[in-house]
Amino acid sequence: MTEDIWITGVGLVSSLGEGPAAHAGVLNGTAQPVVDATGFAPFPVHPLPTLELDRQIPKKGDQRQMEPWQRLGTYTAGLALDHAEARALVGEMHLIVAAAGGERDIALDDQICAEIAKLPPAEAAVILNERLANGLRPTLFLAQLSNLLAGNISIVHGVIGSSRTFMGEEAAAADAVRIAAARLGAGRGNIALVGGAYIAGRWDMLVMHSASGAAWRGDWAPFAARAAGGGGYITGTGAAFLVLETAAHARARGAKGLAKVAALRTGAARRHGTDSAAASAARLAGGLGLRADALVVSGASGAPAPLAEEQRFLAGLGTATPRYPAELLGHSMEASFPLHLALAALAIAEGAAPQALVTGFGIWRGEALAVLEPIAEPA
Amino acid sequence: MMRDHLGRPIVAVTGIGLVTPLGFGVADNWAALLAGRSGITRIARFPTDHLKTTIAGTVSLPGEPADHPLSSPARVEGMAAIALEEALAQAALGSKGNFPGPLFLGMPPVETEWPMRLNLARRAQEPGHRGLAEAARDDTAVYEGVLFGGIGERLANRFGTRGAPISITTACATGASAIQLGIEAIQRGETEAALSLGAEGSVMAEAVIRFSLLSALSTRNEDPARASRPFEKTREGFVMSEGAAALVLESLASARARGAKILGLVLGAGERADSFHRTRSNPDGAAIIGAMRAAIADAGLTPEQIDYVNAHGTGTPENDKMETLGMRAVFGEACPPISSNKSMIGHTLSAAGAVEAAFSLLTIRDQRLPPTINHETPDPAIPLDVVPNVARDAKVRRVLSNSFGFGGQNVCLVLGAAE
Repeated sequence: MTEDIWITGVGLVSSLGEGPAAHAGVLNGTAQPVVDATGFAPFPVHPLPTLELDRQIPKKGDQRQMEPWQRLGTYTAGLALDHAEARALVGEMHLIVAAAGGERDIALDDQICAEIAKLPPAEAAVILNERLANGLRPTLFLAQLSNLLAGNISIVHGVIGSSRTFMGEEAAAADAVRIAAARLGAGRGNIALVGGAYIAGRWDMLVMHSASGAAWRGDWAPFAARAAGGGGYITGTGAAFLVLETAAHARARGAKGLAKVAALRTGAARRHGTDSAAASAARLAGGLGLRADALVVSGASGAPAPLAEEQRFLAGLGTATPRYPAELLGHSMEASFPLHLALAALAIAEGAAPQALVTGFGIWRGEALAVLEPIAEPA
Repeated sequence: MMRDHLGRPIVAVTGIGLVTPLGFGVADNWAALLAGRSGITRIARFPTDHLKTTIAGTVSLPGEPADHPLSSPARVEGMAAIALEEALAQAALGSKGNFPGPLFLGMPPVETEWPMRLNLARRAQEPGHRGLAEAARDDTAVYEGVLFGGIGERLANRFGTRGAPISITTACATGASAIQLGIEAIQRGETEAALSLGAEGSVMAEAVIRFSLLSALSTRNEDPARASRPFEKTREGFVMSEGAAALVLESLASARARGAKILGLVLGAGERADSFHRTRSNPDGAAIIGAMRAAIADAGLTPEQIDYVNAHGTGTPENDKMETLGMRAVFGEACPPISSNKSMIGHTLSAAGAVEAAFSLLTIRDQRLPPTINHETPDPAIPLDVVPNVARDAKVRRVLSNSFGFGGQNVCLVLGAAE
């Protein structure tokens, strides 16, 4: 990067609530998890907190055009804009969202499955057409489209410098932040909004997590206790957006900034043989200038294989004991890496550590490392 | 000169791969496009009872059984691999399974599709999604089939690209966004080369129904080849289609140093999001105009230096009206010729920006403008030279390629002749 990039604002929402104050107990381990153990049993989830949507999405018409995933992301993006005091800058602000898909109509899907699953395929296909043509709401398609979270952020908040949506689970978010920062560093704009959102209480997502082989079933438990049962991740509703800004631009408008993005690197090991996640992360860590007293915010989901790889990697570095936000908040997929960056940036801004290392180890693929540092007082 | 007006490395294209309903490979596609042939047909992949639209452009992969069509992600991956193979064979950069740069993949979102959902339902011990979830337990094929990062990972593995593969969606601008990510990475000096592609394989019942419900699709089912009518008075919607296009992007310095044949240059890219509406542009056209102007400025050019525009040109009443407004605002009275590949191949959605960038480079190579077919009744509200019905020779050094997406994501590219 040719220019320093600062994080000048964060928006964050999890099952604990919204904003920095609700998350003050995450990194020091004093917060208690909020868990819905029954709604999606056997899968526990960390649920969506109550949000006053009108505060960030003032038009009811806009709210109606979205389902919970897009509402959560759009709401949280607004929190970040407010936190950075950057509302007036949206006309030139660049946007990268990391996204999966929006909610399906689960009731319709279930009804169709019940009706046609056992029919001969040719007959089933014709009935499927009829049920979908009559049952799908036109607006639901837009609520499902991945790029429409970004679209809604443009519509509701007016962020129109550019708009891109990255796909690919946890890794998509790390690359979204990396590329947003690199573009600013190379002079493509001065300010960017980047992040993601995830709704854990969704059966369409839980089918996928069930298939992953690493989703935790039963009551919530700390990582260490889950290990006795083979380990596993619990999904958590979460959203985080970061306002990234060149140091020059932030200084010129009098924005203080929370932390400097000293490095952000991503990799994608094939995760077999010697091409392991630990080796990939170790390559990324080369020359990072890590301090022994750095705060380590781990992106571990709880999935046992990547958690073991991450622990092997961190042991090799000799870092301080990592904090595991996903243990308390659940794993929030595309929101996870930005959420952890937000927590680390807030900790740096409070002077809690001289440096923070934020890791990301995707459940299936993707390794990411970010280093945040305090913003030096101007000489 | 190896650097552009902003001091950035100039980006060359050294390989192109194409798959559309017109055929496999650059040669067949380009010949069909210049001949004005339509690739739109009646949908045969699944029953079309109860559908308002029963036509599309479709691509079946070699060896695909007619009675067990591939899922969309598998089709996207298959077409992407074919386009990448062709582009890499031409570029002759790196070695087999070892490409010296990152992968930028434009593709549609992925989800569990009906055949898989019904298969899980048949296996389930209880009704509803709880039953589906238990039926899917520890099923790696289900898991890896629905991951958004799955296609990119498998392509990165197969072609040996460097670093994390990036998958992107910006609706109908996706393919152009993938190219933009590639050129930016080269311009930043992060890499000397990149693979950018767009791929789309979404012709299945639910997707057709969803677009129908937005009233976006042509319903001219009786005569498929004449259904896609960009810029024509009787146009009434786009025609869904499939395909893939891949570009090997490389710094001009690197391409020259290794003596590669340079097929063209990507001179610039511009983008602008629209904050007006989820499916419609702001009537003032600001985002479309802004994206076109930004691309031309990024290329260090002025509008008079654009010789031809490869249109977004979907054939919806709205798009073509807005694109005309944008053309007049950017180019004034003297608009360059503009034609729509979609009149022949339909709207390849996530692939369109890449497919049309590829055709733009071929336009420059052969100095020949592909036509806009089905131009029977001119629309008096569209005072543009749309290269009606028949290809023609023209002097073309620089092309603006437009891509405008649902959700307000607009990306334009400027492609140029190798100096």
